[in-house]
Amino acid sequence: MYKGLRRSVALLFTVMGGAAHGAYQLNLQEQQTRIGQDIFDLHTLILAIVAVIFVGVMGVMLYSIVNHRKTAGRQAVQFHENTTVEIIWTIIPFIILVAMAFPAAKTLLAMRDASHPDLTIKATGYQWKWGYDYLQDGVSFYSNLSTPRGQIENKDPKGEHYLLEVDNPIVVPTGKKIRILITANDVLHAWYVPALAVKQDAIPGFIREAWFKVERPGTFRGQCAELCGKDHGFMPIVVEAVEPEKYAQWVAEQKKKQAAAQLDPNKTFTLDELKAHGEKVYAQNCVACHQANGAGIPGAFPGLAGSKLVKGPKEAHIGIVINGKAGTAMAPFGKQLSDVDLAAVVTYERNAWGNNTGDLVQPGEIKALRK
Amino acid sequence: MEAVHHLDHGHEHHPAGIMRWVTTTNHKDIGTLYLWFSFAMFMVGGVMALVIRAELFQPGLQIVQPEFFNQMTTLHGLIMVFGAIMPAFVGFANWQIPMMIGAPDMAFPRMNNWSFWLLPPAALLLVISLFVPGGAAAAGWTLYPPLTVQMGMGMDLTIFAVHILGMSSIMGSINIVTTVLNLRAPGMTLMKMPLFVWTWLITAYLLIAVMPVLAGAVTMTLTDRHFGTHFFNAAGGGDPVLFQHIFWFFGHPEVYIIILPGFGVVSQIIPAFSRKPLFGYASMVYATASIAILSFIVWAHHMYTVGMPVAGQLFFMFATMLIAVPTGVKVFNWLATMWKGSLTFEAPMLFALGFIFLFTTGGLTGIVLSIVPLDVQVHDTYYVVAHFHYTMVAGALFSAFGAVYFWLPKWTGKMYDEKLGKLHFWLSFIFFNLTFFVQHFLGLAGMPRRIPDYALQFAEFNAISSVGAFGFGLTQLLFFYIVLKCIRSGEKAPARPWEGADTLEWTLPSPAPYHSFETPPVVK
Repeated sequence: MYKGLRRSVALLFTVMGGAAHGAYQLNLQEQQTRIGQDIFDLHTLILAIVAVIFVGVMGVMLYSIVNHRKTAGRQAVQFHENTTVEIIWTIIPFIILVAMAFPAAKTLLAMRDASHPDLTIKATGYQWKWGYDYLQDGVSFYSNLSTPRGQIENKDPKGEHYLLEVDNPIVVPTGKKIRILITANDVLHAWYVPALAVKQDAIPGFIREAWFKVERPGTFRGQCAELCGKDHGFMPIVVEAVEPEKYAQWVAEQKKKQAAAQLDPNKTFTLDELKAHGEKVYAQNCVACHQANGAGIPGAFPGLAGSKLVKGPKEAHIGIVINGKAGTAMAPFGKQLSDVDLAAVVTYERNAWGNNTGDLVQPGEIKALRK
Repeated sequence: MEAVHHLDHGHEHHPAGIMRWVTTTNHKDIGTLYLWFSFAMFMVGGVMALVIRAELFQPGLQIVQPEFFNQMTTLHGLIMVFGAIMPAFVGFANWQIPMMIGAPDMAFPRMNNWSFWLLPPAALLLVISLFVPGGAAAAGWTLYPPLTVQMGMGMDLTIFAVHILGMSSIMGSINIVTTVLNLRAPGMTLMKMPLFVWTWLITAYLLIAVMPVLAGAVTMTLTDRHFGTHFFNAAGGGDPVLFQHIFWFFGHPEVYIIILPGFGVVSQIIPAFSRKPLFGYASMVYATASIAILSFIVWAHHMYTVGMPVAGQLFFMFATMLIAVPTGVKVFNWLATMWKGSLTFEAPMLFALGFIFLFTTGGLTGIVLSIVPLDVQVHDTYYVVAHFHYTMVAGALFSAFGAVYFWLPKWTGKMYDEKLGKLHFWLSFIFFNLTFFVQHFLGLAGMPRRIPDYALQFAEFNAISSVGAFGFGLTQLLFFYIVLKCIRSGEKAPARPWEGADTLEWTLPSPAPYHSFETPPVVK
């Protein structure tokens, strides 16, 4: 048996050695903010204290195990009470704890001081993506996971930033105090970027705040940290910190892009135009539950292919997309999507996966149905 | 059966076969039922853990889909907490408390029967919920809304199961409190009770205090789901965070409910194998009571990231750190008990020492977690997963294994295989650390919990953790074999197989007679 054990240990080391080019990161990520560095140092301090306590306590236990064993011929000494000792080992831990509490409280107070921000960004958690609104600069966008499905399903090799990459990262200027107002649209989420030392729950109906100030440019990755349903593991956060000048450029570009992307809601679109745009909207908002083939997930999320609702009257179909369905994961998309997007996605759903209704929904119809 | 029948002289009116177990009011039979039930649930919850670890062995989705993964994490938590660990300790309480205080049986034998037989239907509801449309609840064992409102009928089955489990726990607790306060042998004053009895008395009060709180929280979830209330819906004037406050007002005492009887077990085993009385008995009792009282004012340390006022964070941080004091006192007392003893290392002692080693690790990471700025970093990451498995698996489960080996000779009248018992300990100890120690690193590096797939930098430690988990799971089959072997073909055990054991149960023959003390012993 000893031989077998030795062989499995050897095997384990081979396995570990084979993967040695991986990260094996043992500690907190390298911190990019002053507060983050304070927290890192605080962690080192506390870890050192508890490590010393651990070694001390286990040392005493080990000494007993080695020296006070019956096989070493020890007779038990029958003492069992000593009030002085009890008082000492109540007071000493208390003093150590007080010593820990001071730096902890100091860091906490600094961490919670979100006053006087230079820039405020609202982050909204959705199932399953993040939405960002730059309150001063008027930029708004959604940030979706950009890792292709094939990588997740092991059909394609995984990229370097597997599951930690998005289509639209949040861009912030360096050297500025950025306040993030965090809320959610449907269920709880949490906005968590380890390198920036920020984690804050996103709570529907309430706005919470967190802040950070990045000193150097860089890209920092995090993800949702509060269970939010099926794709909880697939809604990352990517923060790009750039020089203030570059940030100003980015804002200008975003505004231009937003204006260009604004499809004219008064235009009358053709079926193909709507289907093509609708497929994109579907891929960003609907595919997680209803799936790319429209079949849904039996028992959990209804299929749209051949669905009575989708093939039935337009108004009911549009209504549920705009208003959602209470008590289910179907969100009211009326608040998130424009009239054009809604018209396009409804048109797409009514004409995809063999639902050949031939129906066409124009933005005007959406507008009329919104109340 | 033959042996049992033999012992039953004068009790021939007992039904035999299955009806004996269904109708039994005997504390030993009910204890046995609790323990087997707990072991079955431990296996079910363990298989779920292995599904989780198998999926996490490598990045990418291989074995299960995310929605099923979430059902597994939820059910694993609920089944292990309510189905495996709590019933195991109620089983020990049933077997041991009457014997340790010199009573003939529990105070309310019929209620005892009822509190056990509520468990199988509740467990069945949880398991059946996997097969209803939409599957089982997938909101985590903490059942946070509004996610719970999105769930299918599996959630309703879970709520109903929690209600039933709560009723069972409350009845069990009332029984324990009444037994301990009323049925002690003459001369057995409160401050002479074995520490296992003390920890259970305090635990029973905790259970009576907090199980109704949990019942309230899940009932509000139920009415939010079906009857148009808005307790946890901001759009209707409610607050999702309210649920978390209520849940953790239950949840934090709950983790001490799980661990305090484990403390009690260890406080019996360490003196027995050190051949010395427990050091600082009185301070152990006071420390247990302090932990129980403090457990009511620290709940929000599970919620540091919800955005509470900074004054709230400071209060809960300081209160939480305080818990380290009585917990430390307990560890120091155990070490002082061993000091200058005459130690031997049979399986129960190994599990007790393993308990001290691993529980201290979990306790110290608990101090790290109590500090708000650090907790904000590692909250809802694998660091927390590692921390609570160090306290619950290494704490509660190891002490439960210790208890089984310690008392098995008394229960069955036979000895277990000591060599295999030691092997069981060492394999459990190694694989446990392989599984959970590396999770500290994953959490520090930023891997959130409850995710079915992860970024590539987490791959290596996840692979190691999964290997450990399968090793740990398989090792428990060895435990099953050891217990069966003991029951079938163990050597005959003397009345007091452990040289240093001096509580009342060891004055009874092994196996213990069907009714423990028909004439109360006199304690000097």
